[in-house]
Amino acid sequence: MNTMIKSVRGAMLALAAIAVAAPAMAAGEGPHIERQQWSFSGPFGTYDRAQLQRGFKVYKEVCASCHGAKFLSFRNLAQPGGPGFTEDQAKVIAAEYIVPKGVDEYGDPVEGPAVLSDRWPSPFPNETAARAANGGAYPPDFSTLAKARAVASGFPGFVFDIFTQYQEQGPDYIYNLLTGYEEPPEDVELLAGTYYNPKYIAGNALAMAPPLYADSVEYTDGTPTTVEQYAKDVSAFMMWVAEPKLEERKNLGFRVMIFLIVFASLLYFTKNAIWRNVDH
Amino acid sequence: MAGHSNYVPQSAAAKWLESRLPVISLVRGSFVDFPTPKNLNYWWTFGGILFFVLIAQILTGIVLVMHYTASTDAAFASVEHIMRDVNFGWLLRYLHANGASMFFIAVFIHMFRGMYYGSYKAPREISWILGVIIFLIMMATAFMGYVLPWGQMSFWGATVITNLFSALPLVGEPIVQWLWGGFAVDNPTLNRFFSLHYLLPFMIFGVVLLHVWAFHTTGNNNPTGIQPKTKQDTLPFHPYYTMKDAFAIVVFMIFFAYFVFYIPNYLGHADNYIEADPLVTPAHIVPEWYFLPFYAILRAVPDKLGGVILMFGSIAVLFVLPWLDTSKVRSGAYRPLFKQFFWIFAAVCVGLGYLGAMPAEGIYVVLARILTAYYFAHFLIILPLLGFLEKPNATPNSISESVLGGSGSGQPAGAVAAPETK
Repeated sequence: MNTMIKSVRGAMLALAAIAVAAPAMAAGEGPHIERQQWSFSGPFGTYDRAQLQRGFKVYKEVCASCHGAKFLSFRNLAQPGGPGFTEDQAKVIAAEYIVPKGVDEYGDPVEGPAVLSDRWPSPFPNETAARAANGGAYPPDFSTLAKARAVASGFPGFVFDIFTQYQEQGPDYIYNLLTGYEEPPEDVELLAGTYYNPKYIAGNALAMAPPLYADSVEYTDGTPTTVEQYAKDVSAFMMWVAEPKLEERKNLGFRVMIFLIVFASLLYFTKNAIWRNVDH
Repeated sequence: MAGHSNYVPQSAAAKWLESRLPVISLVRGSFVDFPTPKNLNYWWTFGGILFFVLIAQILTGIVLVMHYTASTDAAFASVEHIMRDVNFGWLLRYLHANGASMFFIAVFIHMFRGMYYGSYKAPREISWILGVIIFLIMMATAFMGYVLPWGQMSFWGATVITNLFSALPLVGEPIVQWLWGGFAVDNPTLNRFFSLHYLLPFMIFGVVLLHVWAFHTTGNNNPTGIQPKTKQDTLPFHPYYTMKDAFAIVVFMIFFAYFVFYIPNYLGHADNYIEADPLVTPAHIVPEWYFLPFYAILRAVPDKLGGVILMFGSIAVLFVLPWLDTSKVRSGAYRPLFKQFFWIFAAVCVGLGYLGAMPAEGIYVVLARILTAYYFAHFLIILPLLGFLEKPNATPNSISESVLGGSGSGQPAGAVAAPETK
């Protein structure tokens, strides 16, 4: 019994040690973020193909004019665990973009339509050009953005996050930001060229104008064309861009867990059989 | 070690080898026939767990290096290349990144186990000191490893920590520049950190062997803290402890896999998915969770040099722990007062960790100062005094007696044992 109490206390200590383990989440305050339902959350989460395709459309038609995705290749669009385009569809999408194709026989740079192996072309040649075109602000690249934003869960939320497997801080934040634009309150003075948004992680206004408007992107599958729906779809798409191997990970994880649990049980009984005649 | 082997070579080949290099009896003496106290509980499995994690880190690390590029221009992109294009690259990277945290979870439990059961006390001082050395190298390795992805926290963490040395009088500034290989954290810094990050784990491996050698010379400690007296008190390491450790390691792997497969970024910082930018300082620069208690101590002191001294002092004090504990009784299980102070100390360490993650302002600083003072008081005041003030419970006469007598406190509580005479 004594040993058991000790073990429990020890386990609690170990747990507490892990609980302290959420530096980002524990550090400081932030806007209140409404958590959303995502198809890719939880141990069996998968991306919703139709949602990724819609989100891709929003990205392509709205966001991509300022935001790059330099680690996204066109071939990724047809890879398993993604938006589920066929290879032919991905080729057609790629061919819409003109990208640098090395040099010709005289050493002059040439351009041509993108192929599957090409990366998504950035909208600006470099950061300086991007800032010049955006009033000094730099539109961040989308490649890892959905994993690069998190608002603190605070205590004790970050402890529960372990057990609820909460890893959707990024898409939740992006959704809240995109739907969070408001008229500024009377007493708030905004800098020129900034837009009031209480969900913004680093202040109350940002340089990006509200990007989404109802009915601005056509959906062919009958999904409502509202700002909320666009925001949801593009957030899911950005999560996929940042974590394209999520489905493979969770799928493999389940099999690894089953294997380890069965293996541990066998070892437990083996160990007990060996120790059967030992007082310890 | 080899002396514990009762191995007699049978085949001609084995006889030939054994008479030239007695490696078979060395291994058998250390990991097969080695007499191990039979009452080791599951807290003792963390040594084996740590060995597993070290090997796992080295193996995943070696493969990651095949795909990683140490250059400020390419490091971040090469990590994303691993995550996206390399077969199971995401798995290798998440195993390696979370493996670092697992390493520290296991090492903290291992160290607290040593503190609770008095494993640092004579004759195991050298084992303990080697363990503290391993812990120091681990911290250096983990810190430099965190710089390699070249994200925002990599860069700014490296900047903050290397700048600590600038607090040293006179030599501070030159030392920092020497560490950086320039006048700021930049490409030379990244490259030397990469080089050392690859080197240090093998040094850890070497010190681990010394650590094992040392406690195999003295014999394992055990929950009673009493040295084994007869053959009835011990079991051969194999199959008893190989199987118990294997079970514990696989259970630990389940815990490890939960993080890797389901919450791989939980223990990391979101800002490290932003490429390093020397012109943009993150709102909060926080180290990895396992450094937070030490970070809290650093920031608790208003003076920079004082903070640095206390932070290093908080680890340096561990080196002299064997001589600070004056109690004649080894295991905390028979020390009623020590037991309570031990758990207070553990809570203080967790509290410091929490405060290390909080902004250094207001009430957090006050609390951090109180807990820092307590941290040092535990080692420098409480432990030395407890040995004189505390009346330990009776200790059993032998491991076998403690095992048969249940919890081992079968004697009247007033009967003070004199374990030093046993």
